[in-house]
Amino acid sequence: MSSLKEIKTRIGSTKKTKQITKAMEMVSAAKLNKAQANAEAFQPYTDKIREVVTSIAMGSETASHPMLEDREEVRRTGYIVITSDRGLCGAYNSGLLRETMKRINERHSSPDEYGLIVMGRVGMEFFQKRDMPVMQEITAVPDQPEYNDIKKLASTTVKMFEDEIFDEVYIHYNHFISAISQRVTETKLLPLTAVQGDAEAAEESPETLDYIYEPSADVILEQLLPHYAESLIFGALLDGKASEFGARMSAMRSATDNADSMIDDLTLSYNRARQAEITQEINEIVGGAKAQQ
Amino acid sequence: MNTIEANVVTPDGSVFNGQVEMVSVKTPEGGLGILPGHLPLVSLLTIGPVRLKSAGNIQPVAVSGGFVEVRKDEVNVLAESAELPSDIDITRARAAKERAERRLAEAKKENLDFARAELALKRAVNRLEVAENK
Repeated sequence: MSSLKEIKTRIGSTKKTKQITKAMEMVSAAKLNKAQANAEAFQPYTDKIREVVTSIAMGSETASHPMLEDREEVRRTGYIVITSDRGLCGAYNSGLLRETMKRINERHSSPDEYGLIVMGRVGMEFFQKRDMPVMQEITAVPDQPEYNDIKKLASTTVKMFEDEIFDEVYIHYNHFISAISQRVTETKLLPLTAVQGDAEAAEESPETLDYIYEPSADVILEQLLPHYAESLIFGALLDGKASEFGARMSAMRSATDNADSMIDDLTLSYNRARQAEITQEINEIVGGAKAQQ
Repeated sequence: MNTIEANVVTPDGSVFNGQVEMVSVKTPEGGLGILPGHLPLVSLLTIGPVRLKSAGNIQPVAVSGGFVEVRKDEVNVLAESAELPSDIDITRARAAKERAERRLAEAKKENLDFARAELALKRAVNRLEVAENK
């Protein structure tokens, strides 16, 4: 059995660790609230663009755009992978990266067939270590990102699709379900084929509006679609941020809980060791007294 | 007086929401005034002020591009950035204006930087205009 002093030191250090994880849990909870509010504030913007894009796609037969159509041959696929800058958030990054690797290995046989666009330091280091083709990267994204922070990355990505560097673009991120649950999600960003589906669904409903387009439907579509794709990237980032804080919060909570049960165990063995020492001392005294008689 | 609901929305959240009597915007084709009862319309916007008129007050908003959507009972302005006069950092806008002017003087016309500097200048001038004539 370890000595009394040793156990006492361990209890002390575990208590300090617990204070830190507890503080981090509370910080993450506060950040999670803000991240959720940001994601909510952003929602109307994409929803509106989506509505307008859908109604244009539906309204005129002639309005078509390369961004809306599947390419016949997919030579290279882009993956946008949204990870965090820092660790201590449970399986947030590892789960996501494992899934990304799995998808890539399933779909591609050589590194020429795909390119990676990485947000967050963890993901960047992961792919660089494996010599995978990282084409764009951004690290140190603020906890409360603004559209401007990633605008360049988003517009370059959309441009790469337009320039046929990529023929498809997927986003991999953790979708926020609740503070304790996030799901690794893959969504197809480009081409925006989902819009066609929406347009067909909307055609059934009678509430569609017949818009006047200034200057023309085609010009608007041309301007709007890149915006829409960019805003979807931003939306995924906000979603990913909320998940990150949720994941960190629950990781820190279970760390705090673990520290608690560890302190309980240690205190118990501390008390036992102390009692054993006292008993032994009494025995020694009694033994000594008997010997003198 | 008839009113119509106006929303100004950006990716970073809503900037304005309320009942107004008229919305005036700047499109590539020229100025456009929207009154209640306008036909449904979608139009691109250029960098310029959006003015929201209600009960004699005019609320200007500095909008950088984007588009406007008019429906039967609401007008939605969607822009990458939109600021109320109180949110505009005047010193920053001034600095941006000077920087853009300097770049314009240096850059060659066909240069890509030229177009970028021109846009930056427009945005800065727009912000200053909105911030100063409240």
